[in-house]
Amino acid sequence: MIPASFDYRRAASADEAIALLTENGDDAKLLAGGHSLLPLMKLRLARPSVLIDISRLADLSYIRADGDQIAIGALTRHHDVEVSELLAREVPLLPAAAGQVGDPQIRHRGTIGGSLAHGDPASDLPAVVLALGGSMVVRGPGGERSIPATEFFAGFMETALAADEVLTEIRVPRLEGAGWSFQKFNRRAHDWAIVGVAAVRRGAGSGANGGGAGVALVNMASTPVRATAVEEALAGGASATEAAAHAADGLDPPSDINATPEFRRHLAQVLVRRALEEAGA
Amino acid sequence: MKVAMTINGTSQQHEIEPRVLLVQFIREVAGLTGTNVGCDTTSCGTCTVLLDGESVKSCTILAVQADGAQITTIEGLAEPGTLHPMQEAFRENHALQCGFCTPGMVLAAVSLLQENAHPSEQEVRSALEGNLCRCTGYHNIVKAILAAADAAEVPA
Amino acid sequence: MTAVVGTRMLRKEDPELLTGEARYVDDLVIPGALHLAIVRSTYAHATIKSVDVSAALAQPGVVAAFSGADLRPEWAGPMPCAWPVTEDMLNPEHFPIAVHTACYVGDAVAVVVAETDVAARDAAELVEVDFDVLPAVVDLEDALSDRVLVHEALGTNRSYTWELIPDADAVEEAFANASHTVVERYVQQRLIPSAMETRGVVAVPAVYGGEITLYTSTQIPHILRVLAALTVGVSESKLRVVAPSVGGGFGSKLDVYAEELLCLALARRLRRPVRWSEDRMENTQATIQGRGMIQHMELAADADGRVTAVRARLLADMGAYLQLVTPGIPLLGAFLYGGVYDIPAYSFVCTGVFTTKTPTDAYRGAGRPEATYALERAMDALARQVGVDPAEIRRRNFIHPDQFPYSSSGGLIFDSGNYEPALARAMEMAGYDQVRSDQAARRSAGATKHLGIGLSSYVEMCGLAPSRVLSALRYVAGGWESSTVRFLPTGKVQVVTGTTPHGQGHETSWSMIVADQLGVSPDDVEVLHSDTSIAPHGMDTYGSRSLSVGGTALWLATEKVIDKAKLIAAHQLEVAAEDLDYAGGTFTVKGSPDRTMAIGAVAFEAFTAHNLPDGLEPNLEASSHWDPPNFTFPFGTHICVVEVDEETGKVDVLKYVAVDDCGTQINPLIIEGQVHGGIVQGAAQALFEEAIYDEDGNLVTSSLADYLVPSAADFPSMQTDTTVTPSPTNPMGVKGVGEAGTIAAAPAVMNAIIDALSPFGITDIDMPATPQRIWTAIKQSTDASGASGASGAGASGASGANGASGAGANGGPR
Repeated sequence: MIPASFDYRRAASADEAIALLTENGDDAKLLAGGHSLLPLMKLRLARPSVLIDISRLADLSYIRADGDQIAIGALTRHHDVEVSELLAREVPLLPAAAGQVGDPQIRHRGTIGGSLAHGDPASDLPAVVLALGGSMVVRGPGGERSIPATEFFAGFMETALAADEVLTEIRVPRLEGAGWSFQKFNRRAHDWAIVGVAAVRRGAGSGANGGGAGVALVNMASTPVRATAVEEALAGGASATEAAAHAADGLDPPSDINATPEFRRHLAQVLVRRALEEAGA
Repeated sequence: MKVAMTINGTSQQHEIEPRVLLVQFIREVAGLTGTNVGCDTTSCGTCTVLLDGESVKSCTILAVQADGAQITTIEGLAEPGTLHPMQEAFRENHALQCGFCTPGMVLAAVSLLQENAHPSEQEVRSALEGNLCRCTGYHNIVKAILAAADAAEVPA
Repeated sequence: MTAVVGTRMLRKEDPELLTGEARYVDDLVIPGALHLAIVRSTYAHATIKSVDVSAALAQPGVVAAFSGADLRPEWAGPMPCAWPVTEDMLNPEHFPIAVHTACYVGDAVAVVVAETDVAARDAAELVEVDFDVLPAVVDLEDALSDRVLVHEALGTNRSYTWELIPDADAVEEAFANASHTVVERYVQQRLIPSAMETRGVVAVPAVYGGEITLYTSTQIPHILRVLAALTVGVSESKLRVVAPSVGGGFGSKLDVYAEELLCLALARRLRRPVRWSEDRMENTQATIQGRGMIQHMELAADADGRVTAVRARLLADMGAYLQLVTPGIPLLGAFLYGGVYDIPAYSFVCTGVFTTKTPTDAYRGAGRPEATYALERAMDALARQVGVDPAEIRRRNFIHPDQFPYSSSGGLIFDSGNYEPALARAMEMAGYDQVRSDQAARRSAGATKHLGIGLSSYVEMCGLAPSRVLSALRYVAGGWESSTVRFLPTGKVQVVTGTTPHGQGHETSWSMIVADQLGVSPDDVEVLHSDTSIAPHGMDTYGSRSLSVGGTALWLATEKVIDKAKLIAAHQLEVAAEDLDYAGGTFTVKGSPDRTMAIGAVAFEAFTAHNLPDGLEPNLEASSHWDPPNFTFPFGTHICVVEVDEETGKVDVLKYVAVDDCGTQINPLIIEGQVHGGIVQGAAQALFEEAIYDEDGNLVTSSLADYLVPSAADFPSMQTDTTVTPSPTNPMGVKGVGEAGTIAAAPAVMNAIIDALSPFGITDIDMPATPQRIWTAIKQSTDASGASGASGAGASGASGANGASGAGANGGPR
């Protein structure tokens, strides 16, 4: 299998990538790790006429502390997130989830920014960033802006990124000792989650990053989605079990060969409960 | 466009279409057919090679993306006529039957031990999640990798 | 020299496979080869109104493009089916490329030939096919109703009905007098064989005309040569078929495929080499699939649970056409619905049905896993009825060791067996009693993760033979195998075998047999195979036949070589042949241990021919063609321990134990490898794999992302052991082991899952036992019984939910 023909442009900087996007319009696609895009192109389900390769922008690959947040360059590979000592210390949920993306070979190439910009509701990392209350730094012709994760995932495989914008950085708050859990349910180890749950439980009102719980779901809607009913129930003093009963409230999960919507709702409840229990009070 | 990379220590510089995949560059342009292709969906790991020392699936990388990289394929893992300790461990433990998945499996295993010199059985199994084999039931592959890890010198 | 047979000798095949030097079809460098791309039907059933290849032809690099009608004159006959199981079997005409009607998604409808693979694939997208869509028929029982006809001209979807009912009255009587009756319905889902190497073909016409060479990823170069010659209309003597390194087959490369015939015909027509590489999606759609049956299984038993009769009725999914041995696959299991048990009355009926899906054919075990599954599931159902442990119900029914050779009510003669020791050993290795007590402890503690333990005792029939029995079954070919053994002047040995290894290690095992027989080092034995010009006689590799048939042919050829060598040695030592002893490659004069001659030295004398007995031909070479007197009957018991999460329906295999008996062992290392791989393939049917079609006949699982071949992370390491009960069918006492694991594993895993779920009253789950299906079954069970959680209450096993689970689980995830 080989992709249909395309023009290949290699960007030397984020600004050049933005210029190339502006120049080529909707037919252009950014290529980072390529592990979301190339499989679609090989099957000819995606046929961009121009591919803008940003994978060599080394200045977009980093993990560093920035005040009470951790900043991660969009081109940081899953593997680098997985083994980051800084993240293991400050936001251990993220490396735990990154270590479950795909398989080792995929993690050696795939990037956190590519995964988030793809906006796939079955991906693990969007839910993680949602649960953490993170944000995306994006750059376009008009400069830089920050989009909260809660506003980033706009529709099925759609994000708030404009056609001429590049995702450059992901920012997540330090967990500061808060409990966390990542639950991924699938049939084979390396498959996409049938349902996944990322959960963070902070002591009420404590710490610079605020209190309360963040719970988000994988593959439970047309976008990565927060389980707001669960978060509200917890805020209202509900137990893990009580809160978890609301895991699928208001959601219309997909149906596929692995699970009916009804089964997904059930799994969400079970996995949210387990996540909340693991994350602790 | 012109692409240059080093495969098994040999410089390979060729004019290619941008859509050529790394695995096609390796097999068809460089003529190294030890790297096999088993699927279209980045699922099977048969095409695994080392890119700058790390395991990658060469069916899901454009050759242009590997421009300037150091690639190791199964042919370059050991000197001709010899076996790398991982290849030796596979042979000693009957970790292959038809052999089609073997090059990718061996290279995935080499990459694993570089990152985790003494993995547990469960860590080995998890690390192989992206490499499918239809013959061995994985039993002897796991055994071989654990044996190779045991045989390697424990760093002081 | 010490014996090598029975040792764990490392494989001779491995170095070239480990270093990438091995050449699979796609690795062959063929100068000037054109590339074939195939346009396939995207509809399960459609009339082909027109095919327009003009846009494809206009593309750069494109050499030719054809429709099925264009190529119709290339075929001397339709695609072959070598197993017309009944006289009145219906077999639709089937050409390598559809002419009027496409009958499954993936059916070839046009071809493009170009200078490069990329050019061919790009141009194939431009071929315009005007289809008139016809209704699909996907479900087997629906197909049987003839509501939609797959082949209008046949007037029915029923291909054949085949019966094995030696004594109908005895069966009726047994059921009439039974204290216990088990009535079960099992679904054998379709499986995609998924060899890691997809298929590949290159047809190379000789420069000066004449011979054409077909390199192909096949298990059957010999059978293919005959049938391809007949179909394409070339002289068999002008066709050479070579299988280079082959990356697994599992039955899926045991066929005569459209692409092989297309490459031959196009190479002939275009006078250039033509090659084709299958991609994985094509592999899921255009390579045969396995299983695909609905089994109605009934047992009659007395009050103690001794089975008195078995009655099996099958519907078997042929798919859209009959491939090489499609209709015969259920027959390979037809004799084994009584398995390892002493059952006096027997009835088997199978109806083959056409559907608008990829054709089915041989897949690892071929008929025997299906039979074993139905029987072993039913035996557990009987144990539940009688109220005894599954191990006990098996012990009560085993054929006793002193009954061998055993004449089964299904009409076979089991050559040898001793079933109870394998069961006992497996139970010991599994810690059976401990697991049972752990299971009880969890149940009484109200745990939501349930332990289950599953047994599977099996017998298989390997080495399909003798040929006259195959004739009685209306199989068109024989069951013999051929081998030639020749000493080279330097004392090295060349072996030619008609078997076609594709991962089984024949070069190693055959060398070991020769080494012991001829007293040479295994390294000095060269095994030649898989090329019809080098090994002209052969019946190839399938059905665990290679060792028991091909290995025996080899052994017999070495005996002939020794016999001839003895005449030469006697002549040289100036004694009578009767006065020589032979052992380990050396002839010794009886009573004079210092007067010896090594067989290698004899070989040199035979080569120079300076001093041979009068009338004896030069050289030391012999051939043997062995047609065994019977099948061989390997057996064993496997035990699986699972944990089922009641909340998610997820199954984790905690332990898997296998005790197999394949008779005399040539190389235990290779035997273990075969067992390991077979187990995971069989367990994958129980847990992961299913070719899922939607109601329009589209294959939903058309990649390895959707068709769940398990990885190393999805199954644990196994514990294996063996017993050894030599076969009296052949001189080495060997039986066969290639399919044992696959036959035993699926019922062991499913019985464990059902056992784990017994507190819910669940008695059936369809394969694969997905989380969705298990959760649905539990939910229906608890909804029906009104219990909020059945796990704690042993008594809830008696709830009335039996039977409800199967139907609901069927409907779930589609």
